[in-house]
Formats: sequence, C-alpha cells, structure tokens
Amino acid sequence: MKGLYVHGVGAVSPAGWGVPALSAALARGEPLALEPLARPGWEKPLTVRPVPAPAARPAWQGHSRLRRASPISHYSVAAALEAVGVGRESAAGGAVRERLGVVVCVLSGSVNYTHRFYEETLRDPTTASPLLFPETVFNAPASHVAACLGTVGLNDTLVGDDGAFLAGLALAAHWLDTEQVEGCVVIGAEEMDWLVADAVRLFHRRLVHSAGAGAVYLRTDPPPGGGVSLERVTGAHTFAAGTSRAVAAGRMRTELPGSGVGELLCESRRGVRRLDAAEVAVWSDWRGARLAPRVVLGEGFNAASAWQCVAACEAMRGGRYAAANVSVVGLNQQALGARWVAGPGAERGGA
Amino acid sequence: MLWAAAEAWRQSGWEGDTDLPMVLGTTGGGTSLGQDYYRQAVGRPTRGRGQASRVAHYQPQRQGQDLCDAFGCRGPVTLIANACASGANAIGHAWHLLRAGVAERALAGGYDELSQLVYSGFDALQALSPTRCRPFDAGRDGLALGEGAAVLALETLSGAQGRGAAILAELVGYGATTDVHHLTQPQPQGDAAYAAMRAACQCAGLAPGQVDYLNAHGTGTPLNDSAEAEAIQRWAGASVTRLRVSSTKAVIGHLLGAAGAVEAAVCVMVLREQWLPPQTTVERLDPRCRFSLVTEATSTQVEVALSNSFGFGGANATLAFRRWP
Repeated sequence: MKGLYVHGVGAVSPAGWGVPALSAALARGEPLALEPLARPGWEKPLTVRPVPAPAARPAWQGHSRLRRASPISHYSVAAALEAVGVGRESAAGGAVRERLGVVVCVLSGSVNYTHRFYEETLRDPTTASPLLFPETVFNAPASHVAACLGTVGLNDTLVGDDGAFLAGLALAAHWLDTEQVEGCVVIGAEEMDWLVADAVRLFHRRLVHSAGAGAVYLRTDPPPGGGVSLERVTGAHTFAAGTSRAVAAGRMRTELPGSGVGELLCESRRGVRRLDAAEVAVWSDWRGARLAPRVVLGEGFNAASAWQCVAACEAMRGGRYAAANVSVVGLNQQALGARWVAGPGAERGGA
Repeated sequence: MLWAAAEAWRQSGWEGDTDLPMVLGTTGGGTSLGQDYYRQAVGRPTRGRGQASRVAHYQPQRQGQDLCDAFGCRGPVTLIANACASGANAIGHAWHLLRAGVAERALAGGYDELSQLVYSGFDALQALSPTRCRPFDAGRDGLALGEGAAVLALETLSGAQGRGAAILAELVGYGATTDVHHLTQPQPQGDAAYAAMRAACQCAGLAPGQVDYLNAHGTGTPLNDSAEAEAIQRWAGASVTRLRVSSTKAVIGHLLGAAGAVEAAVCVMVLREQWLPPQTTVERLDPRCRFSLVTEATSTQVEVALSNSFGFGGANATLAFRRWP
C-alpha cells in the first residue's frame, strides 16, 4: 500500500454535528442519554440515541439535491463536506472533480423512506409517492455526496455489517494505489428508524441503536506537516464456512501489530458481553489505551465504525498516540481491522 | 444466485479454494423477506416468531455468506449496491482485484428478485411499459422488470492457462463514472455513459471501430435510451453505423442489480457462439439512433463486445470483453 494520508475527517453522531462534538462526547466517556422512540403496537417505546437537530440550518441543505433527501443523505453529505473541507470545495455543485472517489458504506441504508414508501404501497400502490422511491436506493446518499462535491469519478456503495466501512477504506486504498483517483472520501452512514431499532433488539435486547455518519478523506500526498496515515487494512475475515466470530476476530488480530504501549486501541465493543466476547478475547494482551465509541454513542453500524476511525485520527492529531489500531468485529458478517500511524508533526497537520 | 454460481463453478473446473473473493452486486438483497418483516412488525407487532430469521436473511451479506458456505469459502465477500449498475460494477471490481494481484480468482456477479416494493417504485415513477418493452423504438414507453442472477468465474490468464482451463472469454476493460445530473434521470447528452465507454476501451487499448457488438443498457424508457444513444454515437464517432447494438432487456426484462452481470454473460455467449442477440420488439427505430440495431438473430464474427449498465444515482459502468481464440 502506498502512503495514504488523512486529509480530513467528518462526523455526525448522537453527540451532534461535527467532529468536535464527537470528540467531546468521547472525551467525557459517559454513555449519552437514551431517548424514547415509539413503535407501532407497543406501549413501551424503544430506547435509542438519535442525532440531534443541527443548531442552525447548514448552508448545504439548500442544495437542490437535498431538499427531499432522507436523513442518511444529510448525514453523509455533512460528514463528507467536513472531511473534504467545506472551504476547499463547492457545496453548490461548482467545480467538477473527476478524480475524487466516493465510497459510502451502509448496513440498513435509507430505511426511513423505504419504510414510508412500502407503507404507501400497501395502503394503495397507485398513490405511492414517486418522490420517495428513488431515495430508497442504497446508493442515493453516495449520489448526493457526489453531486454536492461535483465529482463524476468512481463512486461505490458497499453494503454489509459494520465491517463494511473498513472494507471501504481498503477499496479507497486500492483506487489510490492504482491511481484511479487522486483522493477518496470514505463514508459510513446509517439513519434512525423504529424498524431498524426493533431489529437491533433482536441481536441483543441491550443493544442501543444510534445513527449518523463518519467520513475520512484520503490522498497519497501528505498534508502539510505530515499528519496521520493509514498503514494497513486487514483482510475481511468472514463468519462463514465454519469460521466463528472468535476465529475471524483472531485472524484480524494477527494482522495488526503492537502490544499497545504508547498506542490506542479503538474497539467496536458495545458493552454487551455476548457480542463483545470475541473482540475482548483477542485484545486481552493490549497494554495501551482503549476507546470504545459504541459504548458512548450506541450501535450505529457503519457510522459507528467510521466514528472509531475518526476518533483514532483525532487522538493522534492531538499528539496523544503514535499509532492506533481500529478493531471491528461486525454484527453478523466479518471482522476487520485498520492501523493508523502518526507522522512527524501529526498534531499540527491534517487530521 | 446460488444456482448461477454453481453453474459458473462447475464450468470453471475449480476445486476447493478457501480464500476465494466473492464480489456481488444487488439493489436490495432479500427484499421480499424485508417486506415480510415489515408486515409482521406492523400487523402483529408483539409476535416475534420468525422475525430474527427474516432480519438476518434479508440482508445482502447473508446471501454472500450463503454463497461462501455453499462452496466452502471464507470470502471475503464484497457487496456493491450501485443500483442497476451493481452487477457490472461487481465484475469490474473483481477484475481490478485480479489485475492488481490481490487475488488469482474471484466469483463475481449480480442478483435481484422482484418484490412489491420495487414493482410499485418503478410504477410510481411511470417507468413501466403499459405495452411492451421496446428499447430504442421511437414509440418506446417504458421498461419491463425481471429478476435473476449471473455469476462469472474470473481467473488470471496465467492461472487459467496453467491448469489448462477452458477459457470462455477475456475481460479486457472496465470503466465506471458518475452522472450527477439527477438522482434518476440521465444527463441528456449521456456524458457519464460516454465517459464509461471511453474509459473501458482506453484501459482495454481498444478503438471504437474495433468493437463489434454493444449490449446496451437500453431500458426502453424515453430518457435512458435517448441519452444512451447520444453517448454511443459520440463515443463511436465515424464507426457508429457499423456498430451493432441490442438491448436484451427487451427479451428478459430489466434485472436491476443482476442486469449488468446477466448481460455480461450474454456478451460471453456472443463471443463464444459468434451470434448477435436480437430485439424483435422494435417497430420503428428512433431516428436519433444511427447505430445498427440488431433485430434478427444473426450469426457473425464478433471479436469484441461491450456491455453498458446504468443505474439510479448516476452509476454508469461499461465492461469490455474479447473473444478467446
């Protein structure tokens, strides 16, 4: 893998809009408050961690593409613009950037509009809204991101469990390695819906659904001062063909170096013993610092994996660690890891 | 999808390969199970029976894992969801993995099933033909939906030759671009389609005049076909009148996430069998189309075939195949 440098990060999370809100919540370390979410047929609501409304209407929401877009597209665009740098890009569809790649990684995708559209279909298919259906497609957020960034190059949407975001980083690395793009923004995004929160409960009743997005902007040229680079992404170790979560997690661990001294481990641990067991076991020898964003923010699937990477980059940017391992043992598909290293002057340079 | 993969696996002559990458394209995975989940969650909310299974099996990654289990592979599984270009993007991505030396072999393809949601969605957009699907016809009035899957067993040339495999065709080029004009409507001049065809041919080292057959995206909707025709003509230039084009969607329908993969398989058949698949539904060719639309099954020499796939969100992909002697 060529040198892949982080030129920016972005985040929308239950902590708020922007990386500073995410960093502040993770620094406090206290799980964010739960909020009720009604579901049909039940008196007792679900409890979730939704994204709060932005303090002020962001300028990019005026883009014609986003007027009827679903929350997942808004989160994706906000995170991407923050990562790429609003000052360097036109959010109004200005300059066409043929060589900027976009990878969006989702598990449940645009479920708000899918659920609404299907509800309308069941009620009366002849009046189901043609405005909703196009927004239900998995790659709608990626399309909106491309439109807002004015890029017409490679653009893929990956679907999978929470490991997909790291697979998205590997895809971006491949595109950059083979010079198919000059830069690539990788986004993990999910949105809040009772239907998904209800399904999350089926994995474990203590799992708390959350939503938002995280983004990492990668290039092969270093930012001023060196910054943080992506050293490697492990293979995607699938829970299939007799490979258990524990075995897959172990294979991921063997691909990531370090015992932790002076380094950070950013885990996908959820605070649910049964789901965490495999990951806890493979990192039992880690002697460095640990951070588990999902324990604070909730289970945001691919958004949460993106928050892990954003948090790791931010921690190194602050000069606190020389390197960070991000570990994701996904809900039902795969285990992957990524290793980030800080170059000289990381605390001054790009993320 | 399992059926298509098993057929490809048998033809390939591959034996056990635990680390075989699987790259699959789909628009919805197990949408019908998602619908079942929703109806029970709303209609009988306190009845949880079967819901966990529906959640697990609805998700596209589960179908990828099922494929792994069926062939005793550990993957990795990559699922690309670029709307109706997904199948072509999956094959193109797998091709890049092989070219970059990441893998020696890969199973790549696309799959989708019909569902109430998808049918209702295209109906709401008034994209379904009330008569019959007639791509590039002057009176075309929409598409016909279909469902299915195709899987290609891709292998490096050295690997295939080393074990004496029967090679069906050579994948020589892939181009992918994004049309940011509109979420569902192509830019009228087909700029992104033009760029995808150009990119696929550039990486294959092909001039438009060397392409014998183009399997068009050709949905039969007024906007898609006019933009694609513009793009084909601009890309082919002086060669356009000798370029033979057809859309097999007129025969088998629009297979959404499977379309690009099934149409790639059609291109392989064209190159193997040396014939052109016709569109027999055309009544009056759109006068804006200057290429040669194939309206009768024709035996002819075909050395190079292209396949176009476009999707919502502006996903555009072109695959280029060459006959293997």
